[in-house]
Amino acid sequence: MAVKLLKSKTGEASSHKYETLLKLTILSLGAILSFSTRLFSVLRYESVIHEFDPYFNYRTTKFLAEEGYFAFHNWFDDRAWYPLGRIIGGTIYPGLMVTAAVFHYVLNFFNFLVDVRNVCVFLAPLFSSFTTIVTYLLTKELKNESAGLTAAVMIAIVPGYISRSVAGSYDNEGIAIFCMLLTYYFWIKAVKTGSIAWAAACSLAYFYMVSSWGGYVFLINLIPLHVFVLMVTGRFSHRIYVAYSTLYCIGTILSMQIPFVGFQPVQSSEHMLAFGVFGLAQILAFIDYLKSKLTQEQFDTLFHAVFSLFGIIVIGAVSVLLITGKISPWTGRFYSLLDPSYAKNNIPIIASVSEHQPTAWSSFYFDLQLLVFLFPVGLYVCFSNLNDANIFIILYGITSIYFAGVMVRLMLVLAPVMCIMGGIAVASLLGKYIKDIDQGSKSHEKKTVKGRDSQQSQSRRSEISMAFVGMLTFFMVMYAFHCTWVTSEAYSSPSIVLSARSYDGSLIIFDDFREAYYWLRMNTPPDAKIMSWWDYGYQITAMANRTILVDNNTWNNTHISRVGQAMASPEDKAYEIMRELDVDYVLVIFGGLTGYSSDDINKFLWMVRIGGSTDRGSHIKEQDYYSSNGEFRVDREGSQNMLNCLMYKMCYYRFGQMYTEGGKPTGYDRVRSAEIGNKDFELDVLEEAYTTEHWL
Amino acid sequence: MATVGSVVQKFLTEYGNQTPKKLKIVDAYLVYILLTGVVQFAYCCLVGTFPFNSFLSGFISSVGSFVLAVCLRIQVNPENKSLFSGISQERAFADFIFAHLLLHLVVMNFLG
Repeated sequence: MAVKLLKSKTGEASSHKYETLLKLTILSLGAILSFSTRLFSVLRYESVIHEFDPYFNYRTTKFLAEEGYFAFHNWFDDRAWYPLGRIIGGTIYPGLMVTAAVFHYVLNFFNFLVDVRNVCVFLAPLFSSFTTIVTYLLTKELKNESAGLTAAVMIAIVPGYISRSVAGSYDNEGIAIFCMLLTYYFWIKAVKTGSIAWAAACSLAYFYMVSSWGGYVFLINLIPLHVFVLMVTGRFSHRIYVAYSTLYCIGTILSMQIPFVGFQPVQSSEHMLAFGVFGLAQILAFIDYLKSKLTQEQFDTLFHAVFSLFGIIVIGAVSVLLITGKISPWTGRFYSLLDPSYAKNNIPIIASVSEHQPTAWSSFYFDLQLLVFLFPVGLYVCFSNLNDANIFIILYGITSIYFAGVMVRLMLVLAPVMCIMGGIAVASLLGKYIKDIDQGSKSHEKKTVKGRDSQQSQSRRSEISMAFVGMLTFFMVMYAFHCTWVTSEAYSSPSIVLSARSYDGSLIIFDDFREAYYWLRMNTPPDAKIMSWWDYGYQITAMANRTILVDNNTWNNTHISRVGQAMASPEDKAYEIMRELDVDYVLVIFGGLTGYSSDDINKFLWMVRIGGSTDRGSHIKEQDYYSSNGEFRVDREGSQNMLNCLMYKMCYYRFGQMYTEGGKPTGYDRVRSAEIGNKDFELDVLEEAYTTEHWL
Repeated sequence: MATVGSVVQKFLTEYGNQTPKKLKIVDAYLVYILLTGVVQFAYCCLVGTFPFNSFLSGFISSVGSFVLAVCLRIQVNPENKSLFSGISQERAFADFIFAHLLLHLVVMNFLG
């Protein structure tokens, strides 16, 4: 009643103000929520950088903040990949580092003395707040404002996105999702208005995206695919032509400014779809123009003559280019998306990364919960009012579902579109049913006007609507609980600091990683070379500041294979390899005492596979490291090759005398649940330099 | 059944009569840009692609200018007014200038 009075007295203006206030409140609450839900690990441990890759990004950002952009752009790093070095300026996506350095510079300029590390740790949550706002804008363009608000709050807490953007996870994906959604927003705006300004803004956002993540290839294939589908369905209009042509021209030359991308946009197959659609757009626009000027039969004659000539030229040119090899075929990483078995058979390194494995069904529910069920509803709503923008979001949804099924890591690309579809679904459902509730209460006042039957069906309808709205609200509340629980339990561990509960409930912190790196930093000569498996490379260079042989960049398979051979060979052979590579120290991670299961012995089979995959390592065969009945074991049943190799000896040196668990014999490995086979041995060529507190 | 020649002839006469003056100016500009693009491409075919970035930046500059001028022509053409409802002629030209600025900035950077 009060709202009705208000509307009639002050007119539309006041309710409009209330709406704006409500919108702003919801959006800012969503942004704050997305920032704060990512702070679990900072509250539990400290503000530290997580995992492996972020350490490299942190080191490069520190370098950029201290030395400036020119030194950064031309940096040649001689502390990684020992004899080879690495051209950092040309092999990274600088967007993340430049963004963090800019924030650092601006904050320090205004005398807020924030350390580079803290800027890095909190950058991802900050950008997730921005993502919330951009999702609102994008969904508002696709459907309406209520869908926008729903999608914004959904993406604030969706676990699929949180997993790669917690505070401390300083990795490319943290800002890449923001750039991607920004590019999509500008693209939809350009498609809807057909203005060159929006298309130019889209190409600027695309440039930002290219500078931040290798996944930009997804964009440069999705947008042309959208244009192609519009052509096929007969919706190709002048607006689309203006939007796409401007975007392609300016965007391509902008993307070539990043040294890592180089000339790929005109040479590699991954970009050929964009180029093809560009050519097709020109042809179609020209044909449209001719059609508007000529009559049908004149047009036909001209068309036939020109078409055959042109077609012959194009086919000839393309075949010449393909034969001479100017257009390179798809690179391994992207080819494995189309053919998931390619990596497993041919390139063991790509196959061994756990993030590149296919996704299990449970991960979809774990990461997205309610959205999995809302997605088809959203699709249906989009199909029922089909326009240019909706076709785009449908394509985005379908392609990202396929790719998320191929690689776990790409769940991240699926999360935003799930939220958008979920937002559209919830908004349209609630919109339909809440209206019925309103009619229910209004009908109480108009009793005299309506007949009895319709009044009864009105109240029945309002009851059903109330029940439905209540159910949907319950689902949304459950979604919020689930997301917060998942974030707290699964995605907030820094990986570099571990914790466990002891038998009396107190918390034990394993800070062994940092302890080991700090020991290296303080107790070894500055030009010492460390050999370890490639997982720890970035962390060693960042925290221990020593030269390493191989790191997470994994660009040189032969070098990594050499290290794998050294780890898998018996001591004397390994000594030769280590001498050849000038190794001073060897680092291994061992979880047998604490029960930490991601240690080097569990990764050992991958070392064997990669070590045996090149010429010089052909004497290393995976079969030799299995026991006689084909199992991978470290106890008495294990193969002789396994029990005498370098990795085994380094991990289990002096372990034979350790009591690890009550009631078990000495030398009991808690991860493999076995008593080790080769207990009392001496190391011939290596000396134990340092073992951390928990033998990690 | 008309031959290709007569069709082209008819098209040219109709073009001359019916196109407004503004659009003809844009069309002349388009032909000029097309010529510069063709010359660059022919040079590249003859002499080779050695400073590939220079060739690319020059060629993309031609292509980009061509495309932007076509977009301007589409937006300014009174027949298309219904499609571009929010965009006045001045706005179309301003957008064109903005995109050109961006394009040439990048081209300058990429020339090397």
